[in-house]
Amino acid sequence: MTDILNALALMANYVFVPGLAYGSQLALGALGVTLIYSILRFSNFAHGDTMAFGAMLTILATWWLQSMGISAGPLPTALLALPIGIVGTVLFVLATDRIVFRYYRKVKAASIVTMMASVGVMFVMNGLVRVIIGPGEQRFADGERFIIKAREFKEMTGLAEGISIRTTQAITVIVALIVVALLFWFLQKSRTGKAMRAYADNEDLALLSGINPDKVVLVAWIIAATLATIAGTLYGLDKSFKPFTYFQLLLPIFAAAIVGGIGNPLGAVAGGFIIAFSEMGFTYAYKRFIGYLGPDGWVPEGLMQLLSTDYKFAVSFVILVLVLLVRPTGIFRGKVL
Amino acid sequence: MKNVIFFALMGLAFVGAGEFQSWSFSLTILNLCLISAVMALGVNIQWGYAGIFNVGIMGFAALGGAAAVLVNAAPVPEAWAAGGAGILASGVALLAVIGLIVLIRKKLTGGLRRYATIATVIGGYFAVREIYGPAVAAIEAVDPAKTGFLGGLGLPIIFSWAVGGVFAAGGAWVVGKVALGLRSDYLAIATLGISEIIIAVLKNEDWLTRGVKNVSTLEPAVPTAIELQNAPWFQDLAAWFNSDVISASGIFVKLSYAVLFTIVLLAILWLSEKALKSPWGRMMRAIRDNRDAAQAMGKDVTRRHLQTFIIGSAVVGIAGAMLTTMDAQFTPGTYNPLRFTFLIWVMVIVGGSGNNWGSILGGFLIWFVWVEAERFGPLVMELVTSGMADDSALRTNLMDSAAHLRLFLMGAILLIVLRFSPRGLIPEK
Repeated sequence: MTDILNALALMANYVFVPGLAYGSQLALGALGVTLIYSILRFSNFAHGDTMAFGAMLTILATWWLQSMGISAGPLPTALLALPIGIVGTVLFVLATDRIVFRYYRKVKAASIVTMMASVGVMFVMNGLVRVIIGPGEQRFADGERFIIKAREFKEMTGLAEGISIRTTQAITVIVALIVVALLFWFLQKSRTGKAMRAYADNEDLALLSGINPDKVVLVAWIIAATLATIAGTLYGLDKSFKPFTYFQLLLPIFAAAIVGGIGNPLGAVAGGFIIAFSEMGFTYAYKRFIGYLGPDGWVPEGLMQLLSTDYKFAVSFVILVLVLLVRPTGIFRGKVL
Repeated sequence: MKNVIFFALMGLAFVGAGEFQSWSFSLTILNLCLISAVMALGVNIQWGYAGIFNVGIMGFAALGGAAAVLVNAAPVPEAWAAGGAGILASGVALLAVIGLIVLIRKKLTGGLRRYATIATVIGGYFAVREIYGPAVAAIEAVDPAKTGFLGGLGLPIIFSWAVGGVFAAGGAWVVGKVALGLRSDYLAIATLGISEIIIAVLKNEDWLTRGVKNVSTLEPAVPTAIELQNAPWFQDLAAWFNSDVISASGIFVKLSYAVLFTIVLLAILWLSEKALKSPWGRMMRAIRDNRDAAQAMGKDVTRRHLQTFIIGSAVVGIAGAMLTTMDAQFTPGTYNPLRFTFLIWVMVIVGGSGNNWGSILGGFLIWFVWVEAERFGPLVMELVTSGMADDSALRTNLMDSAAHLRLFLMGAILLIVLRFSPRGLIPEK
């Protein structure tokens, strides 16, 4: 019995808890991508760098708050700085819409041209982030590091394996829950949210019924930028901030959005967790886990790892390809591109 | 006429770089410009001819680079003895598993087919790993500081240019088979993914290309500077030009590469122009401009797309092999999507998509700006921050990261061209 509990604790510690946090981050990112896709009808390649930009502004605000001696006690100061980062990112993203994307909407450009323009925006944001904060790694998590340390858990339960939960992981999941709940409430209940869904569903019909397209687009960008900043900051808190990693997040985020069904918010959330748990599950070394479940004193040879961690991109990619082959609209029936 | 002026200005830029910076530097840029132009040609075949949005250029370039290693590196007999048979056996086993899956997909139907496929994939994965794992461990244990990989064929590196093209074409065939039926956005994400995977494989499969330990023992395609400095005929030549032997040898090496690269560029350009003007080229443009109409006329759109995707990727692979040849080393860690994928896209868009001359001009211009911007970024920053105190933290920070201004510049160039001159500098006729 203790062996089974130990095995479960092991899985929870190394796969479930980090997967939950990573999945929340991906879900928030994928929600932004899916929203822009369904309202503006293009895949936004700049989304990863929007996350980096938002996280950067939050980090700068965090440093400023710290220099003033303000802190959030046991919580990371970055949570206090988050609103500043969000406002800055929203303003920047709205400026890019005004300068770049509005023109392509006006001339009704093919989605691929708008996508190309988003590559240009990606370069600009990437350059700005690297110039302002530098290409190196930044850590900005402060406050209490752990909610439960592995040692405390062991003493509490008497098990050989501990579960540690970092503050940043708990915050990630809680913040993501709140944000997703608010977003769904907004889309389902509020007048603007309904207008957005109508616009996403059938643009011409929505226009005929008097929905203001400029307002819908404006709100879509504001929400996407907010989500990106929150996702970027949570990812940076949980791991660390490095501009290039954010660019690389583009692939799992897009995979999450497409796997769930692009254009479908529920799908984006589900996709985020599917991608995160598969990445964790496939790259985890099951040696000790199987050791607990097997006969006493026996431990399997080798790491019992399906794939080395360096291939985590391959996991999201293979899931993406499988879903595209078997069910091109994604699990929750989004749009076919 | 306008086009001639563009290229003349470009030439002038190289003369300027040669006179005011150094000729060696100017030639280095020129060589990379030539390689970039070949890559841009490859992308133009996909995008300009057929409208395929490929964001996996980096992966195909890296496959070309891997070809340079596999063709040129000296074979390692000890490694072959240790694990060569195992690797070959696991390759055969892999093929057998794939064959079995194909057979299952063909012969069985319904639920049985699905479960049999899943079971074969899982069983096959572990069976192949059982053979593969020990073989890899044995190979990587052979003198890991120097080799630890199977090595290559030991052939002259110039052959790798063709092999690189074949590797990239093979990769493109697999990707295209899976992803080309899908429409543009999915293809973009799929190619982005496959390029990351190719890089991950090259970084981690040490038995193949030594991974991040790099292969730096490649034989150059032309005589090295040291060989030239010791050769009597070259000493005479340098004396005849009134130049000292050491700097002359450096220039000579770079010039030789420039000549080789120019030959390849011109050959590919000539073939591309031929293809574009042929009935095949007209068909491709018809498919690009109106896919449904072309399909209604009986053109097999998916097949044609696959064909162009393979040809374009092969050209990128050739360029990738050329790049590794010139560096005389293969470093998988240096492949970065911004520089190897998106920068090439900027070249194609700025030069003029659909026009081969435009792609070449774009390749030259954008690479030139990319390199020079790294040098001039700090100067601009110096100007911007000149009002600040010398020791201000903000100023040092900005000065340190000024080189990254060029990313900003590239984005701005792309956005401006896309907005105000979407057909590029040399538009399609």
